Amino acid sequence: MTTQPTTEQSTATTEQAGRFAHSTVTEATGRHVAVQDLNAYYGDQQAVKSFNIEYEPNKVTAMIGPSGSGKSTMVRCINRMHEEIPGARVTGKITIDGEDLYASSVDVTAVRHAAGMVFQKPNPFPTMSIYDNVAAGPRLTGMKGGSLKERVEKSLRAAALWDEVKDRLAQPGIGLSGGQQQRLCIARTLAVEPEVILMDEPCSALDPIATLRIEELIDELKQRYTIVIVTHNMQQAARVADSTAFMLDGELIEVGPTERMFTKPNDERTEQYVSGKFG
Amino acid sequence: MESATVSARGDRPILGRSPLSRLPDQILKWGLTAIAALILFLIGFFFVRLYIEAHPAFARFGVFGFTFDNNWDVAKNVYGALPLVVGTLVTSAVALLIGVPVAIAAALYVTELCPRGLKGPLTILLDLLAAVPSVVYGLWGVLVLVPRLKPIEQWFTDTFSFVPFIGGAHVAGPNYFIGGLILAIMILPIVSAITREVMATVPPDHKEAALALGATRWEMIRMAILPYSRAGITGAAMLGLGRAIGETIAVTLVVGNAPNIGKHLFDQGYTLAAVIANEFGEAASNPVHRAALIAAGLVLFVLTLVVNAIARFFVIRGQRGRRDIGNVAVTG
Amino acid sequence: MSTSILPVVSARRKRTDKAGRTMLGAATIVALIPLVLVLWYVIKRGISAISWHFISTDPTGNFLGDPGGIKSAFLGTIEMVLVATLISVPLGVGVALYLTEYGKNSAFARAVRYFVDVMTGVPSIVFGLFIYIVLILSGFGGSGYAGWKGSVALALLMLPIITRASEVVLLLVPDSLREAALALGAPRWRVVFRVVLPTALSGLITGILLAVARAAGETAPLLFTAAVVNGTSFNLNDKMNSLPVQIFTDVGQAQDRLVARAWGAALTLVLLVLVLTLIARLVARRSRVA
Repeated sequence: MTTQPTTEQSTATTEQAGRFAHSTVTEATGRHVAVQDLNAYYGDQQAVKSFNIEYEPNKVTAMIGPSGSGKSTMVRCINRMHEEIPGARVTGKITIDGEDLYASSVDVTAVRHAAGMVFQKPNPFPTMSIYDNVAAGPRLTGMKGGSLKERVEKSLRAAALWDEVKDRLAQPGIGLSGGQQQRLCIARTLAVEPEVILMDEPCSALDPIATLRIEELIDELKQRYTIVIVTHNMQQAARVADSTAFMLDGELIEVGPTERMFTKPNDERTEQYVSGKFG
Repeated sequence: MESATVSARGDRPILGRSPLSRLPDQILKWGLTAIAALILFLIGFFFVRLYIEAHPAFARFGVFGFTFDNNWDVAKNVYGALPLVVGTLVTSAVALLIGVPVAIAAALYVTELCPRGLKGPLTILLDLLAAVPSVVYGLWGVLVLVPRLKPIEQWFTDTFSFVPFIGGAHVAGPNYFIGGLILAIMILPIVSAITREVMATVPPDHKEAALALGATRWEMIRMAILPYSRAGITGAAMLGLGRAIGETIAVTLVVGNAPNIGKHLFDQGYTLAAVIANEFGEAASNPVHRAALIAAGLVLFVLTLVVNAIARFFVIRGQRGRRDIGNVAVTG
Repeated sequence: MSTSILPVVSARRKRTDKAGRTMLGAATIVALIPLVLVLWYVIKRGISAISWHFISTDPTGNFLGDPGGIKSAFLGTIEMVLVATLISVPLGVGVALYLTEYGKNSAFARAVRYFVDVMTGVPSIVFGLFIYIVLILSGFGGSGYAGWKGSVALALLMLPIITRASEVVLLLVPDSLREAALALGAPRWRVVFRVVLPTALSGLITGILLAVARAAGETAPLLFTAAVVNGTSFNLNDKMNSLPVQIFTDVGQAQDRLVARAWGAALTLVLLVLVLTLIARLVARRSRVA
């Protein structure tokens, strides 16, 4: 996403132009995400407790912790997917560059445009071709024709998938291998030009080679986005993340630079977890 | 309880049971197998007996003559079933056009949109539509619906008089349209129930993927649910069609029972099933008439067999195809 | 030009979303309107016809004067459906037992399943025709119409419904239960009758009751098997009246009182079917298997 604004796009609808209109279009266009006093519930059960954290722009932050610690729930609060579950509730505030995502005037679909998500199991739309999968997001906002094709190509390049699929864009998305499907899902997420990218254990269904390729991709993407990645794989966190946050039972135990978290954590529980004593 | 225990009892073998005690097992097994075989035999028997009794009609008018001649004249003892076939198709088509979209929409509402507390009661109510006996639908149809809808139908056909088939008719009381309407009501529960089942199998993954891209609820339904459910919905619609084709009593009370091919939607008509119900009483003594009615029954039988087979194909494809998609190759 | 991070969601999308969702809700209401209307009219017009005289008198067959009540129709329905149940339940559950305990996935079992499915799609009037051909035309069991022949037609209708529902329920009985009983040395037939059937019982009863409710409301199979008659008879060898057939014949008449009787009979029939369906649901809720 470097030199972009063309006259074609500056006359497009507010939705499409909005992002370009105010972006200064240099490398570091990442956003600062702040979570303030977040509590998340499934009915009566509380999954996230008084969570406070800040995600630095253009950095990758890993969320680690044992199963059930609330990592996925926390991240799903950022793109407001948590509230899709019947009986789920959220209190607190999450801001992107100062804008509260939970303000009452905010349309939840806009939040999801801004915070894109890649899921654990690759989930390309089974009835759509590769092209249509990536185009699905922009088509929602009315993009068509030449600018749509450009957007699709750009997203596939950014997801390091273009060369592998450029000759078979019309083929079904599910015909790809697992790792390719996940990169397709990443391209699909990038196509709506989010501000922040959320990844919920994106490599856990993939083999080591595919995992490595995606980790390389994350490294490239962080130059332009703020990335939050949930992972149960501590080696992955060590490879990929600038900061790491450790969660236990819905609470944030500790957060800091990855290297410090793994070698000299402040909290005893962190130390126990990263040395494999539990979880 | 007989047992194969290893306790030492002088008069009984240590292991295994005596052949006599195996008898009930064998009786059960072969008895049940025989009953199951009965089913296969029954269907074949059906077909054969129906054909035998219908044969005189086919012999007299030819198979194609019987099915496709437009001349059902009891007085002259001439039986060409085309008006019946056309009537069956027209009423079923109306039933599908009206019933299937409503059923799908209701299924979508119940599975995706309605508040949790309403889901159960609405499902029960939708299923209750199927519990009403068809004679009661017919009774209500002919005594309430037909008179009440007549002015509206007349207005409709007058206003759209330029449209062929729909416009410019003189609305007879009972007609093709009301026949189709009653059928639509009757197929609604089955189409809706199967559609609901099909939609419940849409993996939450795909719905989440759509929502996470910033789709509104309606957009998510169009992106993730409907395309995925296409095969299953087609199957459900075909099952509804099968039901509509075979429905007798409700239709005969509201379709008019006129053995001609109506030129308008609001003309009186006749269906294969209705003619059998209506004319069988008087036909009992007239072998040709009787054979013709049984032949009509045979045509009806074959029609429903074909439609249901196609329906089953689609419903299974809607379920099986999706299982393959779940298997993601894990290399690359 | 927005200065917000969050994109503006176009008004058109919001409108489409709202319109789409409203349409779906409206369609649901439209779907339920006929149910409400039918029940409303049946209750409104039927309740005035119901009286002791109505229940206790046979239809007189008079067009003028007192038309009589529905006694023979009501009793006829009960008799014929009862007999049909006695025929179809052992056969229906038997086939289901075969499929779950013995046949499983063999080619034969799959064929049987397929044909049971085929049977569910057969129009009920074709069943009536078939019984007419086999039991009346051929002169088997006396050449006249008879109540028991109507029962056989109804049984044919109920059979596939019971088999399908029973197979589902029987499959829900965990294999571990069967294996435990077999491991204790029980012979197969004991396992079936003492373990499998009792566990699945409430599910089986639900399926049977729903089939009974369906059979009670059927007209077509009875038109030319049990026929149309006025008098009450407890002899299944006679022609027998039934509620659906009574309604069907009354509807076509011009006399108001006959039409009124039709509404009353319809109300009775609907109540019967609803009660059966309700009991079926209550039994299902107390089911021990899923």
